Formats: sequence, structure tokens, C-alpha cells
Amino acid sequence: MITLSHYIVLGTILFCISVAGIFINRKNVIVLLMSIELMLLAVNTNFVAFSRFLGNVDGQVFVFFILTVAAAESAIGLAILVTLFRNRATINVGELDSMKG
Amino acid sequence: MSFELILFYLFATVLTVAALGVITVKNSVHAALLLVLTFFTAAALWLLLQAEFLAIALVLVYVGAVMVLFLFVVMMLDIKVEPLREGFVRYLPIGAIVAVVMLVEMLGLIGLKTMSAQALPADPAGASNTAWLGKALFTQFLLPFEVAAVILTVALIAAVMLTLRRRVGVKSQDPAKQVAVKASERVRIVKMESASKGGTP
Repeated sequence: MITLSHYIVLGTILFCISVAGIFINRKNVIVLLMSIELMLLAVNTNFVAFSRFLGNVDGQVFVFFILTVAAAESAIGLAILVTLFRNRATINVGELDSMKG
Repeated sequence: MSFELILFYLFATVLTVAALGVITVKNSVHAALLLVLTFFTAAALWLLLQAEFLAIALVLVYVGAVMVLFLFVVMMLDIKVEPLREGFVRYLPIGAIVAVVMLVEMLGLIGLKTMSAQALPADPAGASNTAWLGKALFTQFLLPFEVAAVILTVALIAAVMLTLRRRVGVKSQDPAKQVAVKASERVRIVKMESASKGGTP
């Protein structure tokens, strides 16, 4: 018998894995983007599980919009990455210091 | 233990292992492929939740489009992996500590006691999940749905404009100028002396 908690715990584990991914891959922009996608997936899993549990369609509609925005975000992120690599020939976060921040 | 629960644990294990692989493997192409596996397994889990439309949308949008874009970019850029891996071992302990502490805190909030609380209720969608979702999307959420379309269009234009490269010294046509041209600019009438036929050249 699958309960709501099964899915929430799974989403929690996935979210924590992606947080750890952001910490340990802080030099590689591509893996950082992948970790963000994993985070969104964890949140979406929670939304779908709650939608089923509460019998409410709003959760699934929200997941639909999150998917839309995440697709747009990754497209623009990768476009910025390509432009960055063309100008600086690197994607190492440590070397991206031209804005002196 | 029901068949459904066995499937859940199988998919959950694959999902966790693949997600761990995404953040730890050295090669970015392997990370992208493992992320494909993660999304695919998540889609299977959503199918277990009877969210059929979103599960298929996840496969189509993520596995079919976004991850192909990721793979395309990873393979197109000539990335040297070694400098990107430095600090991996240094940040591994703090990353693991933060993740584990967050996990413990969140599990505390959820409360492991409720783990065996109640089974999921029957599927609220009835026959068709897609019809259920579509009815809500085109009545109650019509305006957000159209805003999402605008966001996608803006993202499309932004991605094209960001990667568009204007190189100097390349001969190309300007369609705007071609369309706006007038007949008087095209034809130039030149006055010249008429030459006689039998005359000396």
C-alpha cells in the first residue's frame, strides 16, 4: 500500500541530493543547471502526489506550468552558456570574474 | 507487499541512484544521460500516481527536448574536465553534511510516523486524467495558460537572439531593404550621345 509519505520522502531525498550536487559541483555550470532541473523534479513529484492525495487538480496544473517555465529557463540558460563559452572559452565558474563581483 | 509497492521501491531506488550519479560522475555526457534515466524513472513514478498526462509530458518535454539540448551543448562545447573537478573532494564533506542535515530536518517535519498512515484515495480523475486536467486548464486557468505560451515565445526569441552571431565581413542580403526598394532606386536613366551608324568609330 503506497501512502502519501512514500512520495514526499522520495521528493525530499531527491531535493537533498540536488542541494549536495550544487555544493560539490560549484565549478561546472552544466552540472549546476542539471542540479536545478533535479530540484524542480523533486518539487513536481510532491505536487503530483499531493494532487492525487487531495483529489484536487490544481497541483497537476501547477506542475504543467512549472514544466513550461523550466523548459524556457533551461533553453535560455544553455544559450547564455554557449555565448559565455564563445567569449571566454571556459565554463569554469571560478574564472568568470569579469564583472568583479 | 503489493505489486504496486514493489514497483514503487524499484523505481525509487533507480531514481535515487541515477540522481546520485548525475552529481558525481566525471563526464558531463554521462551526467546528462543519467539525468535522462532520472526523468524517465520519475515519469514512471508519476504513472504510478495516475498522472498520465504529466508523465508523458515529462518524457516528451524533458527526455525529448531539454535533455537533447543539454547533450547538444555538452558535446558542442569543447570542455576540459580537470579544472572543473578541482574542489570536488574539498566541498564533498560540506555538501554531504548540508544535504544530510536538510534531509533529517525535512523528514522530521514530515514525521515518519505518518509513513503508514493512510493509503492514497481512489483516482479523483475518474476515467481520463487528461480530460480532468484539460477541463481545469481551459476554464479556471485559461489566463495563466496563455501567459505560459507568451513565456515560451519570449524564451524562444531570447535564446535565438543570445546565440545569434553577427560576423563582420560576411556578404549577406538585407531582406528589409530588398522589400522597401522603390523603382526609382532600381533603374538609373543615363543620358548619352547617340552614335551614328556609318560614322567613324
